[in-house]
Amino acid sequence: MTMATTTFGPKAQGGRIRSWLGVVLSTVMLAALSLFPNEAHAMKVQEVKSPGGINAWLVESNTVPLIAMRFAFDGGGSTQDPDGKEGVANFLASMLDEGAGDLLAKSFQERMEELAMRMSFDDGRDAFYGSFETLNENRDEAAKLLALAVTKPRFDQEAIERMRKQHLAGLAYAARDPQRVASEQWMAQVFAGHPYGRPANGTAKTVAEIGRADLAAFHKRVFAKDNLRVVVVGDIDAARLGKLLDDVFGALPAKSTLSKIADTEVKARDGLRIIDMNVPQSVARFGLPAMGRSDKDFMPAFVLNTVLGGSAFTSRLYQEVREKRGLAYGVDTSIVPMRHASMFYGGVATKNEEVGQSLDVIRAEIKRLTADGPTEKELADIKAYLTGSFALRFDTSANIANQMLWMMLEGLGHGYLETRNAQIEAVTIDDVRRAAKRLFDGKDLVVTVVGRPKGVGQGG
Amino acid sequence: MWTPGKRLSVLALALMLIAQAVPTAHAAAAKTVSEFKFANGLTLIVVPDHRAPVVTHMVYIRAGAADEPPGVSGIAHFLEHLMFKSTEKLANGEFSAIVSRLGGQQNAFTSSDYTAYFQRVSKAHLKTMMEMEADRMVNLRLEPKEVDTERQVIIEERRVRTENVPSSILAEQMSATLYQNHPYRIPVIGWMHEMAKLSREDALTFYKRFYAPNNAIVVVTGDVEPEEVRALAEATYGRLPANPAVAPRVRPQEPEQRAPRRVELKDPRAGNASVRRYYLAPAMTTAPPGEAEALYLLMKIAGGGGTSRLYQSLVAQEKVASSAGGWYSGLSLDSGSIGLYAVAAEGVPLDKVEHSMDRVVAELRDKGATQAELDRAKKQFLAEFVYELDSQESLARRYGGGLALGLKVEDIDRWPETIAKVTLADLKQAAAKHFDLRRSVTGTLVPVNPEPENVAAPATAPAGRPGVPATAGAPGRETR
Repeated sequence: MTMATTTFGPKAQGGRIRSWLGVVLSTVMLAALSLFPNEAHAMKVQEVKSPGGINAWLVESNTVPLIAMRFAFDGGGSTQDPDGKEGVANFLASMLDEGAGDLLAKSFQERMEELAMRMSFDDGRDAFYGSFETLNENRDEAAKLLALAVTKPRFDQEAIERMRKQHLAGLAYAARDPQRVASEQWMAQVFAGHPYGRPANGTAKTVAEIGRADLAAFHKRVFAKDNLRVVVVGDIDAARLGKLLDDVFGALPAKSTLSKIADTEVKARDGLRIIDMNVPQSVARFGLPAMGRSDKDFMPAFVLNTVLGGSAFTSRLYQEVREKRGLAYGVDTSIVPMRHASMFYGGVATKNEEVGQSLDVIRAEIKRLTADGPTEKELADIKAYLTGSFALRFDTSANIANQMLWMMLEGLGHGYLETRNAQIEAVTIDDVRRAAKRLFDGKDLVVTVVGRPKGVGQGG
Repeated sequence: MWTPGKRLSVLALALMLIAQAVPTAHAAAAKTVSEFKFANGLTLIVVPDHRAPVVTHMVYIRAGAADEPPGVSGIAHFLEHLMFKSTEKLANGEFSAIVSRLGGQQNAFTSSDYTAYFQRVSKAHLKTMMEMEADRMVNLRLEPKEVDTERQVIIEERRVRTENVPSSILAEQMSATLYQNHPYRIPVIGWMHEMAKLSREDALTFYKRFYAPNNAIVVVTGDVEPEEVRALAEATYGRLPANPAVAPRVRPQEPEQRAPRRVELKDPRAGNASVRRYYLAPAMTTAPPGEAEALYLLMKIAGGGGTSRLYQSLVAQEKVASSAGGWYSGLSLDSGSIGLYAVAAEGVPLDKVEHSMDRVVAELRDKGATQAELDRAKKQFLAEFVYELDSQESLARRYGGGLALGLKVEDIDRWPETIAKVTLADLKQAAAKHFDLRRSVTGTLVPVNPEPENVAAPATAPAGRPGVPATAGAPGRETR
């Protein structure tokens, strides 16, 4: 039950200086005024360009002797899986620390342990993510391993077969997990025919068929300098970071070759779909199309959603479903602006006998909010929450890095740090009402229920 | 009266110990931990961290599920939920509304041994948080209606966590079998039939017995100085009366276990067949000096990740399992445990997998680990101590959780030093002592005839990251 991380802002401008090591730096000093009013906490974002031409954002901080790096290959997530090879991106994410360069899997991982480094990879829908943390004193050696994983993965057959077994076991387990089935089936329904509707982790059939050539081809197409996005937070200066960027990413090809993904929107064949599973508690997912980040009503919709179901412990749905009626342990909603579609998306889990009531309460609350809008006090309180809690996202090196990468991928620019709260403040009650009408008026939620629900209309 | 104690943190030491094998120079930052003890018995820990103008404020109550009277299982966790309801000063929901309006985030969690509440807020609001926490530490009111609806919420929570998850049911059955006399046998969330009957009176009885400044540890990490926090705490928590009923916790202890135990769960939702084993082991607080540290390192070598003995033998070489691993869980008051798990590879009989698991354990027990394995394991633990410095919340949990179990700040800060001292002989001794089938329970989770379903069963769903099977996890330490 966390807040959706969604908003937008203008790009920041930066000036260029030349550093003592000849690294070209364009350094934008960003005292994040609205965020940390006290000058002692001003967070400076530097735009670094390595000698080899790789761009990154850096937040330098020497209070803890480590660095946290987050990076992504933009556009390179599971949407890039070839048809019939669903799950390749996910498979690849598990293979990058399973041997690289001259090091076989076990040696590679032993070396990672000796260096006490942290490295992981993850396939999103719209991007392929990497995460790397190291203590200062092991930085150079750890970066060498990262470079091998990113640029020279081995894809040994032994490791492929081992990972395949793990993926297949995961799929077998997930097929009986109502949470996972509900999420995946909801996406499959509303994005039928689009890559968003495909199972990101593949199926038993596709995972059985993924081979070395598929992994190598995906890696070659997606891992490139032109779609690489990097942020670093921690105890390193711009010059050293420039060298490290070249050491890690320098060997990547210049250009990616991404399949073009069409824009789409949430569409439903049926308003309600029930998937039978013998569990005592049904899991529901529900949603509708939403406005994208560039829409003028995006921010009002974001504020609206926070009132409805986005703020833990205080949202209307939390109050109505959990606090007043005890129908569920959790209920939440979010606005999810993906690259090619935006959606309003929520979930609830309730014992089979009362699923109908849970959904009725949710629909009624959406209707009430659409008809009447939030109260002035509600709007003021939710703005106070959203603006006040923004700083909490920046309390660790890892969290700062996560936020910066997110801003970079969303094309927000780091000036967003300064403008974001003002954008929230600017949302009026009329804006929220208008956004509510556009989102919800005259629309029926698209609902997927997994379990043996009672009282939910057709099929129940 | 309060007594301040200032300590240099162990960061420098941890870095030095890591550096012994990787000799590079570095500038070590230092963090200080201040501890204050108030006249009413309250303990306050302050760890400054000035990177962002925010604080993490945590309250640990030395009472958890293992302190519940018989017949009211789940009351510690239920009370944790009810602590967000009405007090003498605040109406139902007001606590959360205020935290939210101040831009804060909050939550709470319950374990067998403690219950904790926390907020993350701008430093300007620390005082308000302390006032509100101090208020609900002694002024909880609870309306009957609030209790009735919240009971339904915890029952739904049990369905989310346990009833819908076969591996959780197996873990629950195994803990109930491993512990036959100690209350660790009872799940933190509670048994369903007892949860259904939990009353307002049960909650208030537990509350009045355990919630008091002399049973609480307050931890503040963030953009603050120890003296200013001490003053704020004095003005809020410092005014609360001590509760004379608070006494050291004495729970029924386990008798000597003499025979291996087994449980078998058959469930159509099981996925691939899997096997788990729990052994009784000492806790950090009950182990002879150095033994818990040896167990952490031993189990890292036995089952921590892709380089471990279990993974390498069962998954990489013999190929009888799709994943395998193990852990030692020592952060509890009376008893710890060792855990092992393996998920059978397609078509491999589970007894064969279990046999391989036994062989790996026997080899480690009889022949011991290698120096290279021990060195790598040590580096992992020492580095973890440094990585934790990056997070206010991790630091708050380190000290709050440790003190709630009776550890001292010195004990916690000495951790890197004691880890560094462990020898191969210590590992061998710990293995010989604790890899003992007579003090274990083995559990299997086996899929059986799934009944026909009326919609094409989705063959797919997101898998966990390989190596992190859904069946992994330590027993008996459920949190909110």
